[in-house]
Amino acid sequence: MPTLNPQSPSHPDLKSPQSSKAKDQALSDRRFKTLDMTMKRNQFKHDALIEVLHKAQESFGYLEEEVLIYIARGLKLPLSRVYGVATFYHLFSLKPSGAHTCIVCLGTACYVKGSSKVLQALEQELGTSVGNTSADGKVSLLSARCIGACGIAPAVVFDGVVAGKIEPEETLKRIQAWEAED
Amino acid sequence: MDLANLIDVATAEQMRQKPLRVNCCTSTGCRAARSLEVMQNLEAAVEAEGLTDRVEVVGVGCMGFCGLGPLVQVEPSATLYDESHRSTALVEDLFYEGVKPAEATSIIGALNGGVTTALKGDLQHPFFARQKKVVREYSGRIDPERIEEYIAVGGYRALYKALFEMTPEEVVAEITKSGLRGRGGGGYPTGLKWATVAKMPAGQKYVICNGDEGDPGAFMDRSVLESDPHLILEGMAIAGYAVGANHGFIYVRAEYPLAIQRLQKAIQQAKKYGLLGTQIFDSHWDFKIDIRIGAGAFVCGEETALIQSVEGGRGNPRPRPPYPAQSGLWQCPTLINNVETFGNITPIVRNGSDWYAGIGTEKSKGTKIFALTGKIRNNGLIEVPMGITLREIVEEMGGGVPDGTVKAVQTGGPSGGCIPATLLDTPVAYDSLVEIGSMMGSGGMVVMDESTSMVEVAHFYMEFCREESCGKCIPCRAGTVQLHELLTRFLKKQATKADLEKLESLCQMVKETSLCGLGMSAPNPVLSTLRYFHEEYEALLQAPIYAVPAYAVPD
Amino acid sequence: MSVKTLEIDGKAIAIEEGATILQAAKENGISIPTLCHLDGVSDVGACRLCLVEMEGSNKLLPACVTEVAEGMILHTKTPKLQNYQRMTVELLFAEGNHVCAVCVANGNCELQDMAITVGMDHSRFPYRFPDRPVDVSHEQFGIDHNRCILCTRCVRVCDEIEGAHVWDIAQRGEHCFIVSGLHQPWGEVDACTSCGKCVDACPTGAIFRKGSTTGEKERDRAKLEFLVTAREKRQWTR
Repeated sequence: MPTLNPQSPSHPDLKSPQSSKAKDQALSDRRFKTLDMTMKRNQFKHDALIEVLHKAQESFGYLEEEVLIYIARGLKLPLSRVYGVATFYHLFSLKPSGAHTCIVCLGTACYVKGSSKVLQALEQELGTSVGNTSADGKVSLLSARCIGACGIAPAVVFDGVVAGKIEPEETLKRIQAWEAED
Repeated sequence: MDLANLIDVATAEQMRQKPLRVNCCTSTGCRAARSLEVMQNLEAAVEAEGLTDRVEVVGVGCMGFCGLGPLVQVEPSATLYDESHRSTALVEDLFYEGVKPAEATSIIGALNGGVTTALKGDLQHPFFARQKKVVREYSGRIDPERIEEYIAVGGYRALYKALFEMTPEEVVAEITKSGLRGRGGGGYPTGLKWATVAKMPAGQKYVICNGDEGDPGAFMDRSVLESDPHLILEGMAIAGYAVGANHGFIYVRAEYPLAIQRLQKAIQQAKKYGLLGTQIFDSHWDFKIDIRIGAGAFVCGEETALIQSVEGGRGNPRPRPPYPAQSGLWQCPTLINNVETFGNITPIVRNGSDWYAGIGTEKSKGTKIFALTGKIRNNGLIEVPMGITLREIVEEMGGGVPDGTVKAVQTGGPSGGCIPATLLDTPVAYDSLVEIGSMMGSGGMVVMDESTSMVEVAHFYMEFCREESCGKCIPCRAGTVQLHELLTRFLKKQATKADLEKLESLCQMVKETSLCGLGMSAPNPVLSTLRYFHEEYEALLQAPIYAVPAYAVPD
Repeated sequence: MSVKTLEIDGKAIAIEEGATILQAAKENGISIPTLCHLDGVSDVGACRLCLVEMEGSNKLLPACVTEVAEGMILHTKTPKLQNYQRMTVELLFAEGNHVCAVCVANGNCELQDMAITVGMDHSRFPYRFPDRPVDVSHEQFGIDHNRCILCTRCVRVCDEIEGAHVWDIAQRGEHCFIVSGLHQPWGEVDACTSCGKCVDACPTGAIFRKGSTTGEKERDRAKLEFLVTAREKRQWTR
């Protein structure tokens, strides 16, 4: 089968990660093994695609091209279909994310209670817009459409831990603590 | 497992339980307020006070009063099985809200005659007293991670009753007679849906539970799944038996990790006891349930999109008919109901349709869970009988707006509308809410006060719909973009009279021509605010560029 | 096979059960505008131009996917429908970058024809002028996303007739675009057989043969139908 050439100059959007270092290799092999196991458990059925993508995102942090190709081959799906599904859902990311993630809930209850101010403060502090990672690669700023914690609005999720009734100052303090880390 | 075994498990569990239960909420809301630490401290205190033979700390699901978590309730375990014990109980119900980890020790101390500084809540407050709990009966009272507790309060008895004392037709007839309507928003009669799937020729059929609760401001399904997962599993199994399906899927949002984890545990436990899987109750009937995890797409709450997603594809809705009941998952007849709908099944089968039909109004039976949030004193989840007025919910139960007055109540999320304060006396029922330009929706109820700009609210929802549109049909994909831009012009005070007309006509067009429910209802927040708060739009119109001459033009 | 009788725009029609409203109208010389429908491939009901009104129902029905039923009374040309059709076309023009004067499909474009049919001479909605790329990496063909209306005919024709599934839709909502392979340049997608069916299926000038200039795009629609007939009925002569 002819190999793909993702680094074609005519498509600058497509970049293959430079992960060919030898020590990464061993780790990535193990991660591909988990993908194999997930696919096998689902008998390589087409409808397992979303579950496998979840698994891939969990073990690789994001969906790099190599992984998408691997999944497409495994489930015998067209590449465009895999790409279409991976980009349809918000939770799948095709770009590497920062060391920490900060998700601001923008559901109605949080919105009414001023979550947009929290978000503004964060955007200013991190110098990036929602959906992106700060320039130093430390913090990814994301938004969610309701995490179901409306009783304690406004809510922000720091690395998977929900914090409720939060003020912009408090959020900034947490972010600054992350930024101070090495 | 047969009925005798089931009763054995229940009795053993009742015997095992200690006389007093200290229930500590471990749902998402209270967890964020450090309830797990509170629970640890409670357990340590029981040990320290030497109460281990009398008192048991139980991590329970959501008690509903999420605005003031963590919540702790002391309850005699006997009242779980027989309400009449409440009057003769050794201690009255104690309820604490906003418990700090440091206060946990003194709560246990108070049981031994000490004093506690923890804030005592009032269970007689209308917020609790006005509720009618059918689906949430055991939410916040039993440990969702132990099937034994569910069995002890009568769990899986309804499934047994359906399997051995009723024919599938009788189950469908019972649901039809109860008058239950879909709790996902549309309000389609559940019995009719079941009957359609049941009447399809025998063969592979599926049951799907829609737990893709995407409405911002709503968390009823999350709470039910986190607090009483077996209730949903039992409801689905009964549905499977009634319509002739032997495979079910629960589709849950990935944003609800705790609900997923508890469901997985619940399914495992039910399988172990032979209540799910093959040969349920040693009969010849099999029913298995798989979990499917969403990946962040509001549109997947639409049933045909959800089916696409379960099949592993993009969540694009397709035109109906054919309805999923005729041709759904992998073109097989499929029954799709919402989490709350399935939550009603077990109580109906257990207590009978007449009991259920006695609750609510003539056309809307039973209860509805609402997530009461926004600018309101008492935040949280409430389950109320249909027919209660919005005023009773907002003012009595919710305690009104802290320092201010209610301006509007938004129900139904991005598909619903804003109800002005003048219409607060409207009863909560499917038809009455549609009449005033909103809808029941899945149960989000966001209260807004005088400081909220209604145009901003409409703008917020339109931005949501613009981002969540799947992009398949033109009116929704391109129409929501234009509507959002138009509303932005209003907020920037750049809109003209012509823009207002454009806004109205485009809303109509998107509403009537879109492919699925998301597109059809996307203009609702704009239409309802246009209807009740027209002056706010007019106030934002651009000032005329050309000054009108103050003098009369001479001829 | 049973027959259904119905009425479209005052004309009494008899047609076999299972046919769609669109087929019934077409057979009887009643024109209903469509953009995403293409004979020979499945229907998706996405463009919403073929909506018709049915007496006794307040819902508009997509003609391409709605089966005929006994006693239907349908109207296809009411002022409301015409207004909505015009708005739909306006939304399409405002959404992409449709510049007929420099388009390969000028004079031979279904979107252009549609604008004329529904009487659209300008868009009341502001043009969005999105920034969209052009991919001419394929040796024979090119795709200009500026002219794409996301009808997904190319996706379906490539999947259902050619079986290559080079195309799919990526992203969602306003960010949707037709993607080749894993968002690779079209020329590098090894699944592509260079059959050219997507060029024939495309209603606008979005997918074209390289080397053709303004107004030179030609399509061989009959080829698609021929292939479907050949496959389904095993008849190979056109």
